Amino acid sequence: MLLIKGGRVIDPASGRDETGSVVLENGKVKDFLPGDQAPKGFQGRTIDAAGKWVLPGLIDMHVHLRDPGYEWKEDIRSGTRAAAAGGFTSVACMANTKPVNDHPEITRYIREKGEREGFANVFPVAAVTRGLEGKEMADYAELAEAGAVAFSDDGKPVASSLLLRRALEYAKAFDFLILSHAEDRELSGEGAAHEGWTAHRLGIPGIPAAAEEVAIARDILLAKQTGGKVHIQHISTKMGVALLRMAKKTGLPVTGETAPHYFTLTDALLEGYDTNAKMNPPLRGEEDRMAVLEGLNDGTIDAIATDHAPHEDYVKRCEFIAAANGIIGLETALPLSLTLLSGGKMTPARIVELLSANPAGILKLAGKGSLRKGADADVAVVDPEMEWEYRRQDILSKSRNTPFLGWKLKGRAVATIRGGRVTHSLLPGVAVDG
Amino acid sequence: MDWKRRHVLGLADFRIEEMEFVVDTARSMEEVLTRDIKKVPALRGKTVVNLFFEASTRTRTSFEIAGKRLSADVVNFSSSTSSVTKGETLLDTAKNIEAMKPNIVILRHYASGSPHFLSRFVSCSIINAGDGANEHPSQGLLDLYTILKAKGKINGLKIAIIGDILHSRVVRSDLHSLGRMGANLWLCGPATMVPKEMERTGAKVTYDIREAVKDADVVMMLRIQLERQKTAYFPSLREYSCKYGLNRAVFSLAKEDAVIMHPGPINRGVELSDELADSAQSRILNQVESGVAIRMALLYLLAGGHDAAH
Repeated sequence: MLLIKGGRVIDPASGRDETGSVVLENGKVKDFLPGDQAPKGFQGRTIDAAGKWVLPGLIDMHVHLRDPGYEWKEDIRSGTRAAAAGGFTSVACMANTKPVNDHPEITRYIREKGEREGFANVFPVAAVTRGLEGKEMADYAELAEAGAVAFSDDGKPVASSLLLRRALEYAKAFDFLILSHAEDRELSGEGAAHEGWTAHRLGIPGIPAAAEEVAIARDILLAKQTGGKVHIQHISTKMGVALLRMAKKTGLPVTGETAPHYFTLTDALLEGYDTNAKMNPPLRGEEDRMAVLEGLNDGTIDAIATDHAPHEDYVKRCEFIAAANGIIGLETALPLSLTLLSGGKMTPARIVELLSANPAGILKLAGKGSLRKGADADVAVVDPEMEWEYRRQDILSKSRNTPFLGWKLKGRAVATIRGGRVTHSLLPGVAVDG
Repeated sequence: MDWKRRHVLGLADFRIEEMEFVVDTARSMEEVLTRDIKKVPALRGKTVVNLFFEASTRTRTSFEIAGKRLSADVVNFSSSTSSVTKGETLLDTAKNIEAMKPNIVILRHYASGSPHFLSRFVSCSIINAGDGANEHPSQGLLDLYTILKAKGKINGLKIAIIGDILHSRVVRSDLHSLGRMGANLWLCGPATMVPKEMERTGAKVTYDIREAVKDADVVMMLRIQLERQKTAYFPSLREYSCKYGLNRAVFSLAKEDAVIMHPGPINRGVELSDELADSAQSRILNQVESGVAIRMALLYLLAGGHDAAH
């Protein structure tokens, strides 16, 4: 038994935002008690959450754990440890491992290693096409039986509209979800940064916003054509947000996510050719950033996901166009998301939707994303006021590729509980369960 | 003026006085080039490495002659004859060169920002001899010097730059040198090669060569870099030449005393007519000549020659 006592319990899935205590037992949420009372005769562990927020464990529906195949960048253990430190209790990991997660054996390996060594629940996302090669459909039903929660060719988007049409149509019968890294690779070409003033001035080949928008439009139209479900990954452009908004108004089965860097940073960061400002999609202009914020505010964008993309130092310590794409994000996503509150347009409950309830709903993770009675005992205890500096030596991921080093952040997970067990704690007297 | 700069990575952060100082120094270097024995001992015992990851004959030769005129030991390292083909990283190559204790490394690289990147890791001086589509600072300075020699000033001149603006590092350096000295710059070429955003530099963008050339004091033609084009930016060389090539008829719209420049190498008959390339108005070979003086000045200043002389 674990009692999380007297915190502000914010659980949009059950419409709750009030001070109370959450009782966990046998890996489930057993009860909610208003105020700071304990159940009569309570004998178990207590976490004092006075002044803290008590949230359903955060869910990152877009991470790269690099396991199997690139374990020097990250593995399931280190990646989920970073996740727990960031308040995450579940992650969905992309299929661009080595070998690619296009076979039930790989899916099972990821799932089982996650169960054995993970500090968070690991939900494998399998490939849409065999080997991410964009040529043949993977075996969706078998992959789903092995534990795949969705399908994505993230990083190597499906170029063929016909193949994607077939995949959506076929997957629809099983109610499978396709997560789309929306990018027209021909348009992005050799681009390495957002095509705009900064890239033009620095002489860096550009990736036009249209490379993303053309693909989002195509994906939406194919969802309309087939009735298959599409989730647009890492939306970064103004028109991308507008397209998703229009699709939703039309009632199409389309959802979308963005990443903290797209609402926090712009291509101005490229100055000095900082390779930690290099990712795909690239950091866009201020107008795009504002549109992403608006999409988060008005409900167009459903989820915040990190696209946690660990890389060893030396593949970033090189000339800009040669540098690997991507940044790590699990340990900074929560404080960066909390900055959304400062505009006054967003409530804490909305942030919990974006980081927990909605990803659980989109991926249909039963028992996740809520603290209602009977839900899984996955909880994030957050100190929204804690100020801290993100320092290289404190990073728990194996990789350190982030533009946020040295940033003064506000808000932090002070305890993370997954399945009733403490996976991360900064609270005195609250030990992490072995 | 105090010269404090250790690297010449680009003109983006050059102050106007610094550019003027380099030009003044180049003037005194040019005097050396008029002597019978074109050599001074200023850089004796100093080593200059030409580290070139991209084909270049004229820039490399220009730096090599500049170094030799100053008595430096000049060594050439080019990627085709190096271990780069074995997969060595740029940083490792540079570290290896640095271990041989050069004073100045002159870097030409296909990736924008690579000299900026290396400058954070090496202790010798770096001169950027062209990085991707970013900058070519010695070219920006030699263009400045050439125009000063031809026109006596920069401020108020209409200077048209015509061609592949998108991929041109020469333009990005000229925008700093000529632009900040007060030139009225016009950028022209096919719309696929002239980003509208370049207007934020203060330059004017046009897709009509006649508008660009009209009343110009200087017309600078850029090489159509066929080797850089993996996808077509215009229908054909023939059409390019018709719409954006400089010939007598178009050039007649410029001021009577206008001059023609080109960073080379010329595609004769494509961006520049055969006749104009060799005309009295051409300053193309003067650019090459100024280039050696400007590069001598940069090497001299970076090697601390300035301190020694005073």
